[in-house]
Amino acid sequence: MAKNILILGGGTGGSIVANILARSLSPQEASITVLTASPQHVYQPYQLYIPFGYQDPRKIARSERSLLHRRVSLVVDPVEELDVKNQKVVCRSRKSYPYDYLVIATGSTVDEEQIPGFKEGADHFYTPEAAFVLYEKLQNFNGGTIVVGIGGLPYKCPVAPVEFTFMLEEFLTKRGIRQQSEIIYTFPLNDVFNIKTAADYIKADFDKRNIKTELFFNLAEIHPEKKIAESIEGTELSYDLLVMTPPHKGAPFLRGHEIADADGWVQTDRHSLKVAQLENVWSLGDTTNLPVSKAGSTAHFQAPVIAKQICAAIRQETVDSEKVKYNGHVACFIESGYGKATMLDFDYEHPPQPPPPTEFIHFQKLALNKFYWYLIPKALI
Amino acid sequence: MEGIKITKEVDARGSFCPGPLMEMIRLIRSAQVGDVVAVISADEGTKKDLPAWIKKAKHELIAEEPVEGGGTRFICRKLH
Repeated sequence: MAKNILILGGGTGGSIVANILARSLSPQEASITVLTASPQHVYQPYQLYIPFGYQDPRKIARSERSLLHRRVSLVVDPVEELDVKNQKVVCRSRKSYPYDYLVIATGSTVDEEQIPGFKEGADHFYTPEAAFVLYEKLQNFNGGTIVVGIGGLPYKCPVAPVEFTFMLEEFLTKRGIRQQSEIIYTFPLNDVFNIKTAADYIKADFDKRNIKTELFFNLAEIHPEKKIAESIEGTELSYDLLVMTPPHKGAPFLRGHEIADADGWVQTDRHSLKVAQLENVWSLGDTTNLPVSKAGSTAHFQAPVIAKQICAAIRQETVDSEKVKYNGHVACFIESGYGKATMLDFDYEHPPQPPPPTEFIHFQKLALNKFYWYLIPKALI
Repeated sequence: MEGIKITKEVDARGSFCPGPLMEMIRLIRSAQVGDVVAVISADEGTKKDLPAWIKKAKHELIAEEPVEGGGTRFICRKLH
């Protein structure tokens, strides 16, 4: 009898797993269903380009159905309850979906409420709507202090604030208002990034481009009327424009769940990607509590590991855990501005060694942005 | 640490920087002024970062003590 595979989430991770499984398993072996909250699949890296007018927020999403193999059933119905004991999920429609194998790929969401004053005082680019609001503010910006920073750890796409800062510096220079502007970059730790090798490169470039830094800055509160951002360390920064990565959390149904922590990050084995020592549940991408980047690139390298284990389980084959394992691999571009980019490529054992930014790497990133729809969710590469 | 009551402690052994530091920040955020909290870490980077953060945040590092089984317990009092 065909097994029921349920995949929660129709983003990069969920789509890749679903498409690999659909190509690998016969209809007699399994039925595959993606349960998702939205019929649209947003290519989130494009959100970084919206504030500068390089990308149109109406053009960064496609229909999730168009990205899935015809054998994958798509159900648009947000999950509200997960019952791992009885192997079922309950959705907003109150319909219940049983599973034999479950993949949780519900990603992360922004949680602006966590910081008092955030909604009124800060801008960001972590949703298409917020990115467009920021676009309008940057168009009307005529000089002053822009504070860019991180409002809580962990957050989606760790290099995005760095890329934004580099691109902002270029944007202000091209508009002829760099001299009248001050850029301050804040970070919660005692360095500009949480990976030492990347931090060294980023700091050197910040110094070269006169971008100031405020370290050990854990955002506590924003006072929009006084235009001040305050940290729990007691530092107060005045700003004319505040661009803060909002705190992130896991999906609401996972917050405080027995398989996750209070913020909804799912307890995931760092190599097998199995959840909470359950034999038939896996998690990937932003959803996990793993110490790797919350980024589509992470999900891209994790998805095949999960798909192989599910195929083996259905066929009752033994998995060689040394061969079928996630090694922490993440590869992400860093836009440096001025038409150049560099790259972070690392795993659990090997920290990144970013090469000097080049136009070639920038074009690789542009090419990936263009070809994403045809290659990544469809699991062709 | 005799005479000092630790309100809450997190064993962050097995997690690497910035994990233990973020645990301390989380503890301090949720504690009351005057509370004493502790984080246990076996990560080398924590030895430098955690006391530096406590100093910057103007709280009090009461002690760093070795823990049975490896690692260090960082004990901190929330001052404001």
